[in-house]
Amino acid sequence: MTTQRSLGRKTVVSKVPVKLLEQLCNAVGVSGNEDEVRRIVIEQVKPYVDECTVDALGNVLAVKHAKKKGALRVMFAAHMDEVGFMLVQDDGEGLFAFEPVGGIDPRQLIAKPLLVGKDRVEGVIGGKPIHLTKPEERRNAPQVSSLRIDVSPGSAGKVKVGDYATFATRFHRAGDSLFGKALDDRLGVATLLELARVNPGDLEVLFAFTVQEEIGLRGARVAAFDFAPDMAFVIDSTPAFDLPLPDEDSENVQYNCRLGAGPAIYLADAGTISDPRLIRFLVQLASENKIPYQFRQPGGGGTDAGAIHLTGAGVPSVSISIPGRFAHSPVLHARVQDWQNTLDLLQLILIHADRSILAVDRS
Amino acid sequence: MKELLQKLTQTPGASGYESAIREVIREEISPFVKEIKVDALGNLIARMGEKKANGSRIMVAAHMDEIGVIVTHVEKNGAVRFSNLGSVIPRYLPGSRVKFLNGVRGVIDSDKPEDLAKIQPMNQFFIDVGASSEKDCPVKAGDVAVFDREFADLGQRVASKALDDRSSCALLVEAIKQIKETPHELFLVFSVQEEVTSRGATTAAYGLDVDLGLALDVTPVGNLMGIKMQVDLGKGPAIKVRDVGFIADPGVVNWMVDGAKAIKIPYQMEVLDIGSTDARVMQISKAGMRSGVLSIPCRYVHSPSEMIDMVDYEQGLKLLVHLLSQPVKLR
Repeated sequence: MTTQRSLGRKTVVSKVPVKLLEQLCNAVGVSGNEDEVRRIVIEQVKPYVDECTVDALGNVLAVKHAKKKGALRVMFAAHMDEVGFMLVQDDGEGLFAFEPVGGIDPRQLIAKPLLVGKDRVEGVIGGKPIHLTKPEERRNAPQVSSLRIDVSPGSAGKVKVGDYATFATRFHRAGDSLFGKALDDRLGVATLLELARVNPGDLEVLFAFTVQEEIGLRGARVAAFDFAPDMAFVIDSTPAFDLPLPDEDSENVQYNCRLGAGPAIYLADAGTISDPRLIRFLVQLASENKIPYQFRQPGGGGTDAGAIHLTGAGVPSVSISIPGRFAHSPVLHARVQDWQNTLDLLQLILIHADRSILAVDRS
Repeated sequence: MKELLQKLTQTPGASGYESAIREVIREEISPFVKEIKVDALGNLIARMGEKKANGSRIMVAAHMDEIGVIVTHVEKNGAVRFSNLGSVIPRYLPGSRVKFLNGVRGVIDSDKPEDLAKIQPMNQFFIDVGASSEKDCPVKAGDVAVFDREFADLGQRVASKALDDRSSCALLVEAIKQIKETPHELFLVFSVQEEVTSRGATTAAYGLDVDLGLALDVTPVGNLMGIKMQVDLGKGPAIKVRDVGFIADPGVVNWMVDGAKAIKIPYQMEVLDIGSTDARVMQISKAGMRSGVLSIPCRYVHSPSEMIDMVDYEQGLKLLVHLLSQPVKLR
């Protein structure tokens, strides 16, 4: 990438689709069971793309062709699945043992309302009440195997072992704030659905709405193999741990990212060292267009990029996340402004990405 | 030989940020190879030789990257917080120096020195680059550094940062220069991101069409380090039989043993209970690749002062040149 060329705006930026996000968030799509989300995605994306297929694992692969042949192949990925639960044992009377699907902290489980099975039967994760617990029990995380989902004897016949469950939280907006389950990563899905509506036409744009990210990036692996892209951008949600520290004198050095500070660009996580050329490209795009951005702190965690960049003979990749407080819990809190800034940044990628970005040395 | 080792170990190249070392190696080998390219992840891939009737297509990989650190946050008081690139060992950190790719140097200490006996998470350490505030700090989040420790010539043995795996890089560079005739088409890969689970070798192997794979790496030794294994310093290069992620192809092991016997050099059989190498991903690439590993015994692996014995290095070089110059017989 030559730093001389201008990467300014050329189009009117579209607004983030909050109504669509609400629909996506309230849909149920635990890893391996993404049907409901997939139906919405197909319905929304089909009118705006040249090809739309569902692959063997259930990824939605949508392609917008470039006006010319041989154009740069740019992949955008966001995962459709969310963390949740699976019923693993029927204890009778509407009580079921369960296992988490994806990473969920057992301390966040007790007393949470759930929707269980295809018919969305209401249930709750039961735990021992405070009357009966000893102080040391309350200090330790409960064993998941000691907890049960209670759907009541009346609903026991409507669910069975192998059914999925999800948090029952309903989406709501409060000013600039968005609250809901599954904002990780329906925010990314909604972003790509909006992105698919615009197309400057110079790129072969490859959208992957992936499955099974939360249980090991399984969908992205095969989606990237199918697309064989020249570069990939992964849009996800990353935790913002920006609450005040109990000790006022100490500085929070492990916030991961902060709400309201713009899209979080990844440098390195447990699965990917981002391609420095793509980082520089994003930083230049954001700077020249006065879009606020932040770096997600290097460290653990991972996104679909972990699978995508190792596909085939390698794919230069970077992730961009919309910050969210309280990730992988019943409710995540994100900001409209962060989301809008992320969408703006992605639209600029569509306008400015070209082969010169990769024509220079990686670092 | 020590000059090349010094040059390669002292050039920075943290995982994912291998530009400088890539250019140094490219310059060393360019006159001796037929073709040279850099792939999407930054692997340097050189090709030499034409496959003759009795020859094979062989991938040889030595990783260019070394462990390092990446800045996560600069505090108001100028203290630099960091995360690791690769398996940085916390107990080696206090008192270590690092050098950033932009030349800035710093020293590492711990917030909680009383806890030093215990393994600490990386967030209890900071780098002091001499700044007194965030504003005058010459590094920022995302900046990358490697350990800063000079090459020490101890006579028969040498110590330096990054002997893992620049000693193998040097071995491969020397082999490229020494091989005059080969029946093989050789793909010589200086791979990236080995220290973060062999990501470079994964994509490099996919991009090649070869019959056989050989990874070159260091192996920890059994003495002085509390590790129970047979391999020792100074008793010859090691032929890997197994590690945590890899069972060497028995035919490839035999081929290497036969080679060592043919040129009458000492060798050691390696069974390693910690870690793995690029061969782990090469072996299972696409429809599979028969693979083995030639290891240089190394003390204090992943410390700022790793140590090898030049006898192992020189004998390893002889074995590598022999293996790549003769037809392959896997028995």
